[in-house]
Amino acid sequence: MPTQILMPALSPTMEEGTLARWLKAEGDTIEAGDVIAEIETDKATMEFEAVDEGVLGKILVPGGTDGVKVNQPIGILLAEGEDESALEDAVKAAESKSGPKSEPASAPAEAEPPSSPKPEAAPAPAQEESDEDPEPTYDSFKRQSVREALRDAMAEEMRRDPDVFVMGEEVAQYEGAYKITQGLLAEFGDKRVVDTPITEMGFAGLGVGAAFAQLKPIVEFMTFNFSMQAIDQIINSAAKTLYMAGGKMGCPIVFRGPNGAAARVAAQHSQCYASWYAHVPGLKVIAPWSAADAKGLLKAAIRDPNPVVFLENEILYGQTFDVPDVEDFVLPIGKAKVERRGTDVTLVAFSRMVGHCMEAAETLAGEGISAEVINLRTLRPLDTATILRSVRKTNRVVTVEEGWPFAGIGAEIGQLCMEQAFDWLDAPVTRVAGADVPMPYAANLEKLALPQPAQVVEAARAVCYASSQG
Amino acid sequence: MVASRRDRASSKDSEPAVDAHRFEPADLEHYYRSMLLIRRFEERAGQLYGMGLIGGFCHLYIGQEAVVVGLQALAREGDSIITSYRDHGHMLATGMDPKGVMAELTGRIGGYSKGKGGSMHMFSREKRFFGGHGIVGAAVPLGTGLAFAHQYNEDGGICFCYFGDGATNQGQVYESFNMAALWKLPVVYVIENNRYGMGTSVERAAAAGDLSQRGAAYGIPGKGVNGMNVLEVIEGAAEAVDHVRGGNGPYLLDVKTYRYRGHSMSDPAKYRSKDEVSKMRSESDPIDQLKKRLLEDGVFDEAHLKDIDKQVKEIVGEAAEFAQNSPEPDPAELWTDILVDA
Repeated sequence: MPTQILMPALSPTMEEGTLARWLKAEGDTIEAGDVIAEIETDKATMEFEAVDEGVLGKILVPGGTDGVKVNQPIGILLAEGEDESALEDAVKAAESKSGPKSEPASAPAEAEPPSSPKPEAAPAPAQEESDEDPEPTYDSFKRQSVREALRDAMAEEMRRDPDVFVMGEEVAQYEGAYKITQGLLAEFGDKRVVDTPITEMGFAGLGVGAAFAQLKPIVEFMTFNFSMQAIDQIINSAAKTLYMAGGKMGCPIVFRGPNGAAARVAAQHSQCYASWYAHVPGLKVIAPWSAADAKGLLKAAIRDPNPVVFLENEILYGQTFDVPDVEDFVLPIGKAKVERRGTDVTLVAFSRMVGHCMEAAETLAGEGISAEVINLRTLRPLDTATILRSVRKTNRVVTVEEGWPFAGIGAEIGQLCMEQAFDWLDAPVTRVAGADVPMPYAANLEKLALPQPAQVVEAARAVCYASSQG
Repeated sequence: MVASRRDRASSKDSEPAVDAHRFEPADLEHYYRSMLLIRRFEERAGQLYGMGLIGGFCHLYIGQEAVVVGLQALAREGDSIITSYRDHGHMLATGMDPKGVMAELTGRIGGYSKGKGGSMHMFSREKRFFGGHGIVGAAVPLGTGLAFAHQYNEDGGICFCYFGDGATNQGQVYESFNMAALWKLPVVYVIENNRYGMGTSVERAAAAGDLSQRGAAYGIPGKGVNGMNVLEVIEGAAEAVDHVRGGNGPYLLDVKTYRYRGHSMSDPAKYRSKDEVSKMRSESDPIDQLKKRLLEDGVFDEAHLKDIDKQVKEIVGEAAEFAQNSPEPDPAELWTDILVDA
């Protein structure tokens, strides 16, 4: 059967073009791969190569024709042994389908544009339970620093699963720049506790490759500031591959390290990456506050089959908390914790700012304002149910974060409250955030750039329409 | 499918010119068939692109077929392979189903990634093909990580990590070289040097011309290989593969090849002359060269090769058919495969 030669699309956006000239004449023999014509697109002149072999039986669109629609038949190719009669039929068939309407019969039906997802169409936010779902209670606790809790979490998971290993700068012989990996080299050896050169993009990518091969790497960034060197691997390689692979290529990896401001280390070493990573589908993002959070959530992160960004805080490393003294303490990812119950205002925070909120809540209690403090623990997926339940009770929300306010976690929570608790709000959702400046070095300026408990107290008073005390 | 491997023990004292008689006919037929499959598949992909059935970026492998077919001849069961975005040839050479690859190009549910990845993003755990990556240079740390996993698991496998001449100017490539050499990771780094990073020639992009020496600072041995002749690729790369399998760490191959088509479908390729392209096509075509050799040496006759052509054409025809008839993904697929259920 004669083959129609169709006007080709030669760029992602081309709809029509000029058939500049034919390089073959009627009657010429054509081999697959021969350049048969030159086509002008809006950008360039392109060569058009034949895919099938045969004889050019008929030119339907002469050289020099403008506005030839993509997929319009421009010529007829005769196969070996086909004659004039076959050509006539083919020309008629081609002419009946030429013109702008022509579409290959098998072209995909125009896809309906996906209706823009309504909030409820998006991956379902955790459904609000009829009642609060408190954590199990524990009988015995041990006092531990966040540092020790993180170390124990890694050690326990490494004992449990031989595919878990930790790599990063100074994690092995130096035992961690912040001593989080203390003792791990001695217990697990240098095969599983791997000192890397200073090469963030390289070892982050190497870790992702190892995770594709079904190992379970824990990649430590000495601080998350250096993860910017590696962010392409975290987002383009780790977060997106499962989707791009139609579910075939998971990436069980944890990227962890201290995030946000430490003390007096200036702008390049003092940045919060919470909203950067929480923006990305395909990642889970955790930001623990207490030692119990650190232990239970890091163990969960290591077991999770997805890429997890685990944002620690250097100032919290030395702080001690009660950690449940049980065999295998694992906390659920995606579940916030109400750290303090209250009725007048909800303070929402993560990481170190939870401590500021607890302090503020104490002050507010002295003024007769009952504040509820929510420790988000996980930023993606966000536990919207716990936030909304609290907002519908207190009707007032203050969000607190160390990062910049613009497009921050607080902005997201404000939007959540507007979309799903609008009628319950008695005051605008208010943000307390880091100052919108690079972090200054001077002690007084640095303090001004970071949220302080007094600002949280002030914001809570404002949403409660209470007057400032003193 | 992994190509059967011939005994390389006798190649040490042989002349550099490759003699087809030292290869088994069955292997030679496999190389011919594999290269032809890639060529016909890519031509058909170009045609479907022209018909608007394939969208976006589409980087064809035409002209470079001998590179991946030659290297796969040295691969063993359990080895890993990873490359960047000019990846259709690699998938076919590892034995992935042409139907699934073509249907991914047309964005249909029958594609390897259910239509959600496209030309640059397909994967097969079964064939240990780890993509298909769109960011120039990014697959090099990933491939180094696959090699790390081979070493960690002590499974005896090695990684074939492909990237283009353009990627050799990305920093993360050298971060990877350093770690691979430091830890003696089992990885064969393969530069598919087709002379142009998009429209910029190697001469205009690389300060020193010999890309095989780009690993020298890390003590990584390197050599140049003629990538337009599949038998020379096999002979030339054998030493590298032996070195890596022997636990001696990485090896860098600068495989000199040529792409006949533009960087992607929308590239008019003004940066090189038509004479340059037609000279390569007429004098150095990898398929023509092997065909000529097979006929001249009397390994196969014309009829046998024609038969292979016909079979390959049928496979590609079926793939194109499948790729046009497979439905588009269900709208519900928009929301799947974002996370693995924990």
